[in-house]
Amino acid sequence: MKEPINFMLVGVGGQGTLLAANILAEVGLVAGYDVKKSEIHGMAQRGGSVSSHVRWGEQVFSPMAGKGEVDILLGFEMVEALRYIEFLRQGGRAILSTHQIPPVAVTSGGAEYPSQARFTGVVEQVTKDYLLVPAVEIAQQFGNARAHNLVMLGALSVFLPVEEDIWLQVAPRHVPAKALEVNLEAFRRGRALAGQARKR
Amino acid sequence: MKRILSGNEAIAWGAWEAGVEVAAAYPGTPSTEILETFATLPDVYAEWATNEKVAMDVAIGAAYAGRRAMTCMKHVGLNVAADSFFYASMTGIEAGLVIVSADDPAMHSSQNEQDNRNYAKFARVPCLEPSDSQEAKELVAAALDLSEQFDTPVLLRITTRIAHTYSPVETGERQKRPPKVEKFPRNFEKYVMLPVNARRRHPVLEERIQRLREFAETFPYNRLELRGEELGIVTCGVAYQYAREVFPDASILRLGMTYPLPRRLIADFAGRVRRLIVLEELDPFLEEEIRSLGIPVEGKSIFPICGEFSPEVVRDAAIAAGLLPESERVVPPNPIKGDLPPRPPVLCPGCPHRGVFYVMKKFKLPVQGDIGCYTLGAMPPLSTIDFCGCMGAGIGVAHGADKAGDPERQIAVIGDSTFFHTGMPALLNVAYNRGKTITVIMDNRVTAMTGHQHNPGTGYTLQGEKTVEIELEPLVRAMGIPHVRTVDAYDLKAVQEAFEEALAKEEPAVIITRRECALLPEARKRYLPLRVDRSKCIACWTCFRVGCPAIRRSDEIFEKNKRQKSDIDPLLCTGCEVCAQVCPQHAILFRAEVAPAPEAAGGRSGASEE
Ligand SMILES: Cc1ncc(C[n+]2csc(CCOP(=O)(O)OP(=O)(O)O)c2C)c(N)n1
Ligand code: SF4
Ligand code: SF4
Repeated sequence: MKEPINFMLVGVGGQGTLLAANILAEVGLVAGYDVKKSEIHGMAQRGGSVSSHVRWGEQVFSPMAGKGEVDILLGFEMVEALRYIEFLRQGGRAILSTHQIPPVAVTSGGAEYPSQARFTGVVEQVTKDYLLVPAVEIAQQFGNARAHNLVMLGALSVFLPVEEDIWLQVAPRHVPAKALEVNLEAFRRGRALAGQARKR
Repeated sequence: MKRILSGNEAIAWGAWEAGVEVAAAYPGTPSTEILETFATLPDVYAEWATNEKVAMDVAIGAAYAGRRAMTCMKHVGLNVAADSFFYASMTGIEAGLVIVSADDPAMHSSQNEQDNRNYAKFARVPCLEPSDSQEAKELVAAALDLSEQFDTPVLLRITTRIAHTYSPVETGERQKRPPKVEKFPRNFEKYVMLPVNARRRHPVLEERIQRLREFAETFPYNRLELRGEELGIVTCGVAYQYAREVFPDASILRLGMTYPLPRRLIADFAGRVRRLIVLEELDPFLEEEIRSLGIPVEGKSIFPICGEFSPEVVRDAAIAAGLLPESERVVPPNPIKGDLPPRPPVLCPGCPHRGVFYVMKKFKLPVQGDIGCYTLGAMPPLSTIDFCGCMGAGIGVAHGADKAGDPERQIAVIGDSTFFHTGMPALLNVAYNRGKTITVIMDNRVTAMTGHQHNPGTGYTLQGEKTVEIELEPLVRAMGIPHVRTVDAYDLKAVQEAFEEALAKEEPAVIITRRECALLPEARKRYLPLRVDRSKCIACWTCFRVGCPAIRRSDEIFEKNKRQKSDIDPLLCTGCEVCAQVCPQHAILFRAEVAPAPEAAGGRSGASEE
């Protein structure tokens, strides 16, 4: 019997959130789960809020989980993570990129981008089980900020009952061949980071 | 082979496996990927048609000519194609014809949430509804078989949550099937809908739907799942999944065919349970049909008629109605978050529409909009569009206000794809009836909103093959518009002059603002981020009024007004120079003034494909 797991991935359009969700869904399938992935991709413009549900289980019915039903929240951007935080069940796991993309309301309007302290303050009201990942910085270290989504998946992989091999088998089907090495490296670094955090 | 497919991809596979040879569509969320996927499969003909009606006529023509055919559209596309939908029901077909309608409960990207099952009943066409991707694939084949067996088009109705949910699908081989007829049949009684023939066809339709009703009794996708006797749920589409999730003990009648309904099956089911409810999104379509059979049933008295369902919506409504105990409620965390900055869709950095609206706004005239990326010109800080109804409506609305004697000069804005879709007859009407509306065709060289599809103006087909490129200028002139002016959408002065010129004359005018969408590959090659010369910036914030996501406040304060000076995000800026043109201090350096920064090309954070 496979324990069902509800994931939610949230970020900003253009960040590669949906690509990460594709990989996660296929990893589930290869690992022997029934899977569903649901997303709303409305319009072509860049920069809107993006969310995607992935569910693994013995038999999955609804394509998305409701508020308070998500087991693992992957936040690719800080404000977006806060926007959807109540989907996480109380005490669920959050893997959160510390990347910030200020929306226009902040850059040229009067709105304020939440501080890191306010950010963790909100997260901690929902769960103590969270991991902050400087995913973009890590990816930048070896040359490509865009691989940050694989850093996030690497970090996530530590917490799932799935062999690393499966990830390495699935990922190449989703990233362009010339960016494969960079993405696999990103995955490994994310995995290493979360592995260490877990031991502590 | 088992793979994870979206409902849309699964439909494309289903059509391919079932031997569909011709498919035509016009893009529209959430339906677009059906044709995009189908076009990549071997041995098929697929085309972007100019609009949904044309697409449907093309598919109908192929089905008349004996080849299995498909057309796909978003729900409102079926309004555009409705005339054709009705005649196709009257004539019937030779080879199978499936019409996919992708409805959008919750209006994730639409102007309404109409329930297109009503069209099935309206036109006496059977309607099938899948509950996941595997079924979406199978129901395409079932639809085509039904189509041929009953000589009718078949509506396959999906919703956003089916279209854009991915689940495992077993894909297979393509069926080889000979054409149903070699040539277009010369069959006067059947295909020439003169009143004399139409009068004979109507009874055929009515009799056909009775036979289909009988067929529905044993249609395998109308599935009875008997569990408890307390509660029985009649459901369809994605709502079936919520029924399973929220009511694990209930008995379920899952209808894969939602028009016409199997009356005996439903009555039998109703007799086996103590309480009968219908779980369906949007209209009480099944509910009213069932009630008309004299069967006591509840539906919209419990579940909402507006918006889409989710396990949450269904559960909360069921608890309120006493169908589930209070203990079933999932109480989500309720952290104190404070205000979060909103992130609504905005025109991209470098969008060619931005500067045109910036200029247009200064004239303070009524602007009748249309549907496309440019509709975002309605949002602050541009706030320029005063109307948006449906595709092709803006020009006619402007002309109507003009002819009503509205004292203000009317402006209509429309995208290139929308112009080809339904704008052309409206513009012709302005010329013909001597209106004086100024029509702005915002030609960004692509159908951008729905994900950058080709259209007649781009010169390429769906498959990316070179074809004739329709030029707007001679087209518009031939339509009787005397005053036609084309400008670079990035050149604010030229845009301004074009408006002044058009306003000076009391005659209809067309202004074509041309510049390719900033996300197209040709545009990306020219990205060159601009810089703010802080020593010149006086923090007047004029540049913020163009509303570009790449312009932000810097940390540096201008002493005189104590405000932050401007800054440009090099990862987002494309170098369109719109902001540079509005800066009164020449503090934003033009392209020629900034050294090329080649490293910026690869490092854009907002540029991956989604
Ligand atoms: C009848 C109908 N069909 C399709 C759509 C989906 N749709 C919305 S905007 C649009 C086209 C936009 O292209 P264009 O007019 O070139 O403007 P752009 O987005 O490129 O600025 C489409 C196909 C719709 N809203 N209504
Ligand atoms: S996708 Fe193209 S047309 Fe649409 S907002 Fe972005 S740049 Fe403008
Ligand atoms: S040049 Fe100005 S308006 Fe254009 S993309 Fe750059 S910051 Fe935005």
